[in-house]
Amino acid sequence: MFDYSFQWRPALRALPDMLAGAWVTFETAALSMIFGVLIALVLTVMRQAPNRLLRGVGNGWVSIARNTPSLFQIYILYFGLGSLGLHVSSWLALLAGITFNNAGYLAENFRGGLKAVPGTQMRAARSLGMSAFQAYRMIIVPQLLRIVFYPLTNQMVWAVLMTSLGVVVGLNNDLTGVTQEYNVKTFRTFEYFALAALLYYLIAKLIVGLARLLSWRLFRY
Amino acid sequence: MFSTSLTVNDVLYLLEGAWVTVQLTAWSILLGTFAGLLFGLLRALLPRASLPLAWLLDVFRSVPLLIQFVLFNSLKSIVGLNLSAFAVGCIVLGIYAAAYFTEIVRGGVLAVPLSTRRASRSLGLSYGQDLRFIVLPIATRVAFPGWLNLVLGVMKDTALVMWIGIVELLRASQTIVTRIQEPLLVLCIAGLIYYVMSLVVARLGARLERRWQEND
Repeated sequence: MFDYSFQWRPALRALPDMLAGAWVTFETAALSMIFGVLIALVLTVMRQAPNRLLRGVGNGWVSIARNTPSLFQIYILYFGLGSLGLHVSSWLALLAGITFNNAGYLAENFRGGLKAVPGTQMRAARSLGMSAFQAYRMIIVPQLLRIVFYPLTNQMVWAVLMTSLGVVVGLNNDLTGVTQEYNVKTFRTFEYFALAALLYYLIAKLIVGLARLLSWRLFRY
Repeated sequence: MFSTSLTVNDVLYLLEGAWVTVQLTAWSILLGTFAGLLFGLLRALLPRASLPLAWLLDVFRSVPLLIQFVLFNSLKSIVGLNLSAFAVGCIVLGIYAAAYFTEIVRGGVLAVPLSTRRASRSLGLSYGQDLRFIVLPIATRVAFPGWLNLVLGVMKDTALVMWIGIVELLRASQTIVTRIQEPLLVLCIAGLIYYVMSLVVARLGARLERRWQEND
């Protein structure tokens, strides 16, 4: 029944490459989070706009991002745009797909956070002579970020996990991609992927730990 | 301009894939709900003793699902279990769902005020009765939206099982794309099916939630 000898040494030999892949994974996730937060802020404002078109676009984005699989979103960016003559690299398709997904989920979080910021804050800021943009930038958004900090951390972990989907559209330099390359060369599937799983776990824990440190620094007063 | 080689059979093939997606979701949610209920109760009622369980379940939440599929699939071959790819998909997704549902259940049980439970005990209800008649109804209402979100999440995550060779909705659309070379159209149809399935589940859930709130 059990005639399999584990070979951990080749997996350990691949560790430097996998660590390099882990860095790519982290970078991709961080980039997608930065763009995702920016787009989500725009979407949140758009969804409250009096203009029906803006509201429609915002609501459409959020509901598509939340109601279809992220793999599907990456697929449509990779294969769908290709059929329109726009050939994007698999890394760009992955980044755009995750950013799209992040923006949708974060916009929903921000909407909840915005509800928790009292409406009087906005009115007070405006009556002190701030423009709408200034009021958002200096009064609303800082309070909002404090409320959504925990969901933001969660989403960052999610983004890291989602980067593993890049391998399905042929990305070969992120953690899963590197692992898969070694896997198809040696067929030591279990060993390589166990190591990758461990690395993903460590990255996730690192992010949660860093976020905890950051929140302790930021929200101290 | 709008000529397409998409045939009725292709659409039927997509719908067959969607049926596989629904089945996978149903089985894994069933598994995840039972396991998550058990683990969540353990976590809420014996927090100290079940700490190792929390660490274990945390692993399933911080490792990409794709890697979990590959790992479990190869582990199955190593150990020599004779499971179909579908069963592997259900088990992995089920454990994944259980890991999330545990936290939801725990949150629900802990949301029942301690004074309410003390009151029920002082009225002469036994520990089991307290759990059944006081904690269960209140915790269910708190946990239900989370559970619904989980169902939607798992349904979207079923798309990943194509990696271990199950033909579900996304894989079916991939096959058709390879044949007729019209990725945008086929993928849009697949996306529409996902969207409608999500919408139906969300609507049913919202209705149920409203009905429960009537006599609160």
